[in-house]
Amino acid sequence: MREETLTIMQTEQFYYDNKIVKKFVNATMFWGIIGMSIGLLLAFMFLFPNITDGISWLSFGRLRPLHTNAVIFAFVGNAIFAGVYYSSQRLLKARMWKDWLSNLNFWGWQAIIVGAAITLPLGYTTSKEYAELEWPFDIAIAIIWVAFGANLIGTILKRRQRHLYVAIWFYLATFVTVAVLHIVNSIELPVSALKSYSFYAGVQDALVQWWYGHNAVAFFLTTPFLGLMYYFVPKAANRPVYSYKLSIIHFWSLIFIYIWAGPHHLLYSSLPAWAQNLGVAFSIMLLAPSWGGMINGLLTLRGAWDKVRTDPVLKFMVVAITGYGMATFEGPMLSLKNVNAIAHFSDWIIAHVHVGALAWNGFLTFGMVYWLVPKLFKTKLYSIKLANTHFWVGTLGIIMYALPMYVAGFVQASMWKQFNPDGTLTYGNFLETVAEIIPMYWMRAIGGSLFILGAFIALYNIIMTARKGSKVTDELAEAAPLVKVTKHRTAKEGYHTWLERRPVKLTIFATIAILIGGAVQIIPSLLVDDYVPVISSVKPYSPLELEGRDIYIREGCVSCHSQMVRPFRSEVERYGEYSKSGEYIYDHPFLWGSKRTGPDLLRIGGKYSDNWHLNHMYDPQSTSSGSIMPSYKWLINAELDKSLTETKMEAMVKLGVPYSEEEITNAQLSMLEQGTKIEENLYSDPDFAKTYEADKKYAEENGEDFVEMRDREIVALIAYLQRLGTDIKVKTAEEASAQND
Amino acid sequence: MLKFIKGNLESIDGVAIYPIISLLIFFIFFAVLFWWVFTAKKEHIKEVSNIPLELIPDKEINDKNDLPL
Repeated sequence: MREETLTIMQTEQFYYDNKIVKKFVNATMFWGIIGMSIGLLLAFMFLFPNITDGISWLSFGRLRPLHTNAVIFAFVGNAIFAGVYYSSQRLLKARMWKDWLSNLNFWGWQAIIVGAAITLPLGYTTSKEYAELEWPFDIAIAIIWVAFGANLIGTILKRRQRHLYVAIWFYLATFVTVAVLHIVNSIELPVSALKSYSFYAGVQDALVQWWYGHNAVAFFLTTPFLGLMYYFVPKAANRPVYSYKLSIIHFWSLIFIYIWAGPHHLLYSSLPAWAQNLGVAFSIMLLAPSWGGMINGLLTLRGAWDKVRTDPVLKFMVVAITGYGMATFEGPMLSLKNVNAIAHFSDWIIAHVHVGALAWNGFLTFGMVYWLVPKLFKTKLYSIKLANTHFWVGTLGIIMYALPMYVAGFVQASMWKQFNPDGTLTYGNFLETVAEIIPMYWMRAIGGSLFILGAFIALYNIIMTARKGSKVTDELAEAAPLVKVTKHRTAKEGYHTWLERRPVKLTIFATIAILIGGAVQIIPSLLVDDYVPVISSVKPYSPLELEGRDIYIREGCVSCHSQMVRPFRSEVERYGEYSKSGEYIYDHPFLWGSKRTGPDLLRIGGKYSDNWHLNHMYDPQSTSSGSIMPSYKWLINAELDKSLTETKMEAMVKLGVPYSEEEITNAQLSMLEQGTKIEENLYSDPDFAKTYEADKKYAEENGEDFVEMRDREIVALIAYLQRLGTDIKVKTAEEASAQND
Repeated sequence: MLKFIKGNLESIDGVAIYPIISLLIFFIFFAVLFWWVFTAKKEHIKEVSNIPLELIPDKEINDKNDLPL
């Protein structure tokens, strides 16, 4: 027998903090339903694009980041905290280090979510996916995240359990890596209280963003949930994990490999090929640890499959782990360049992420909540039958969501790439490819509705369980404090046994493991001068175009429109010359996008008249029949805020954009000139001239303020759109004459 | 697949050292990892994997909860 158990020490009594767990469970359910409902509203906007017509803060572009942020950081985030706070205390045999830190973590996190729910619909966004919140929130997130980490590490240091169970390592890696990712990706220069520009530009910004974006999936949606899996699955099945050795390999290889895979989001883009290929290679390797973990989770249920038949908790967990397996098989496949060429920018990706979000994160959360709530309220679940109903409705919802989106993705990609024998595009009008998949969007909306229905059933069941149970109280526990480890005991132990007792060293090693990949990919992009070949004709945006670009960012245009023409014949034929990395050097932030619900916009400049853009923004469905783009009416009348233009340009100068002193001083004049030019162009449409003059006259007669067209937001946006992708078409006099010779 | 990688790397001076370093980092990382795992003692693994199940049954803790302090 081991010395530890022989020495019977004075045991200590202490209380597990259950109230904080209850709070996080409540928040999980509350934000979960809100986040999913916004998602459902967005799904219906594909079918009824005008349901929120004219309401800027309910427009698709502004709600989309709210949906992703609410689901990732509010629903899944609160579930992580609930699970971590419950399991860590028990695995470490200690109450959380400081109650005030627990509460700061809870209230701070909720405050940030409320802030997000207000500012994102108002258009305050950095436009970088899953990092849309503006700089004051970035600072708040960092503070609250550190409070969480300090609380966790403090608890680890005062633990009464000698060895750190594998779940704790996953929590530690989550804390460290999310902190690194969040801080590096959020480096930005503020220009006002709620507006900033990314420190990085173009290709660098894209690389940093997707290193972050991919690893937000890895270290926010995956590693903490694997920790929860390693705790709650054995708990629910009442047997230890299938192979603890496998879990050690799973942990180290997963965190080591995951961090490298980010560039697979940028295949065929202007990112240097070596970085793309590095991302591909590591993404494929990732299959091994991911499936190792999945198998470990499922095999934990060996000999307990009879329980799976009757216990809803285990049912949810089985589907969750299966979903994890499917998503992590699909991920490496999507990283293959030839598969990615089909799937990228299409609805296939939407299917992929929802298998992860609905099945893996959603169902593991529900399984955990169904297990936790009766424990917290010291009772039994109100209705097993309802939980089973939720399980089947939810599972059906996931299938109904994912399958049509796979079909939609294939249909889109096939139609985008289809050529006629004479070399022209078969579906030259992008809208044909949209109309074709509307039935799939219907099925998706039904699938999503089922999933939410399930969540409401869960909510009812949980409320009823809480009502029938007793008040949540802190739970008494006892354990002996740790004594100093003797030499005799450690004489023959293995290295990992030693490491498992040393949280600080374990954390440092985990940090090194995750830093290697990030450093290899990102540092060259920041240091090497010729990383991005310079194109001499690419010039900074004019002041008005810069303001127009900020409107493009505010309205979330990037949610549906990419600015990245990949070097495929089908894309060059449809959009124009493929993208060059040198074209983006003044783009703080980059706006490549990740989804094409509408066509790519990189080469939109000069394709249509100014009038077309005006009419299109007023009523997209009139200029483009069958379009599902909503109207952006408010841009037509709103006055452009030019008060910050100089500040914005100065910020850009600090970030390396070569605006001269003179250009900054003359910004207002330059905007007036360019705006007036566009206003004149607009007069070429007699209809416009007539209505505009009538409006002007009406305002004059009634003594109302009238904003000249040249001072309106729409003009800035038109200026930006007409500039897009045109720089490489500019030829110097010499080049032009050389060509003529 | 290799045609994507070759051209980009050939242009860097002394590029031959990079694959060797990469391979070494990789090999050593996984060699050490597997060595750790396979030399771990069975009883230790068993002990640690049982941590979540907690040796004191839940019932006992709950009973204690009811007692006044």
